[in-house]
Amino acid sequence: MEASKPPSDPAIRMTGIKKSFKGTEVLRGVDLVVPAGRKVTFIGPSGSGKSTLLRILMTLERPDGGAVEIGGEPVWTVRGGGGERPASAEHLHRIRRKVGMVFQHFHLFPHMTALGNVSAAPRMALGLSRADAEDRGRRLLDRVGLADKAGAYPAKLSGGQKQRVAIARALAMDPEIMLFDEVTSALDPELVGEAVNVLLELADEGRMTMLVVTHQMNFAQAIADEVHFLDDGRIIESGSPDRIFREPSEERTKKFLDSVLAYR
Amino acid sequence: MWRWDFFWSILPAILNGFVVTVHATLLSFAVALVIGLVFALARRSPRAALSRPARAVTDFVRGTPLLVQLYFLYYVLPLAGLKFPALTIGIFGLGLHYATYIAEIYRAGIDAVPRGQWEAAAALDLRPWYLWTRVILPQAIPPIIPALGNRLIALFKETPLLAAITVAEMLLVAREIGDEHFSYLEPYTAVGLFFLIASLVSSAGVTWLERKYGSVEAAI
Repeated sequence: MEASKPPSDPAIRMTGIKKSFKGTEVLRGVDLVVPAGRKVTFIGPSGSGKSTLLRILMTLERPDGGAVEIGGEPVWTVRGGGGERPASAEHLHRIRRKVGMVFQHFHLFPHMTALGNVSAAPRMALGLSRADAEDRGRRLLDRVGLADKAGAYPAKLSGGQKQRVAIARALAMDPEIMLFDEVTSALDPELVGEAVNVLLELADEGRMTMLVVTHQMNFAQAIADEVHFLDDGRIIESGSPDRIFREPSEERTKKFLDSVLAYR
Repeated sequence: MWRWDFFWSILPAILNGFVVTVHATLLSFAVALVIGLVFALARRSPRAALSRPARAVTDFVRGTPLLVQLYFLYYVLPLAGLKFPALTIGIFGLGLHYATYIAEIYRAGIDAVPRGQWEAAAALDLRPWYLWTRVILPQAIPPIIPALGNRLIALFKETPLLAAITVAEMLLVAREIGDEHFSYLEPYTAVGLFFLIASLVSSAGVTWLERKYGSVEAAI
């Protein structure tokens, strides 16, 4: 958070977000406020718009309607000069730097080693020297338990290891907000644990704002301060994990939880 | 009919022509690699001011014969006050022509890089320079190296067109020898042999490249 901003600015504020793809409305007016440092999970059926929400926050998609603010700053427009004008590329870069994202399919750079992946952005985007960037990279690989894999190429890593490298790579930019898009969905069941543990440790450190989209209900429950249930492009219900999982008030939330928890 | 002593006596001259041919091939190819990349990047630019001219130029160059382009550059540029040696014009003309084909190869390579790679680079806030030089092109180029090699061989086989604009490559040398001795069999046979040998060697080279650059991982 910038010193000039009042401390009351939330990390994220979304108002009336709408997004369609080829005529299909994926988000139909989402309002969301996430205070800094909070851990939030999004649950809901496939196609409910959870991932699109994260992709909009990462600026990978531009909303068709509504406004996004990150750290009190509008993302797509710039205030000043008595009005609002479209954001410059520089402005988008500055916003992007505050946000990191980990993807379902990792998207590691296949031509770089694990250390290369983790130290690339600090060198190229933050301008660190090779030595400093690799130093930071090694520390982060150590933190996700992969210090011994620094020289390995992604093709030689297991899914769980790849995802931990991807987490370290996102952390290397020291973002204020981290987005996790179904980060366990592509992993073999026995490898989910290692990725989840890394994320739970991150959450325990407390500083970072974390938004997690997941289909693992126990993980959603364990990591979250707050759970949002999405269906059909809208946030249907929000609350503490205890309340949402034990006594959901909306019929649709109940039905969804019954169906996913039935065969747990 | 066939005179061995004549054949051996003209080989050094033909060999000199061969050196010019190889020289022109390699430089034209280098020009084509650079201009082709510029075309490929310009054509996929979201800015119409870049993509439209790039498309127009590539369509025009591909839609007209190389020989006409060479004549045009050789005979028309001097009228505009631009005087260059014939070899320079030939290298540029061949390079420009092949750039339009090589741009397509680059495009295929770039399109084959998964969307997730672009998104990961965006999420890490990489600027365009690093996005292209460190993430996209290092993955786009190794798989297309065999295709580029095939274009190099095709370009090599088109260099005799340079004879039309007085470049002393192999074919022109052979024709001059033939004119002088009223015997064309040996000089043109020598030219054919040189092309055949060079093509066989470079085909073997391309096969080797294909084995080496079959995939991105193998290319590391």
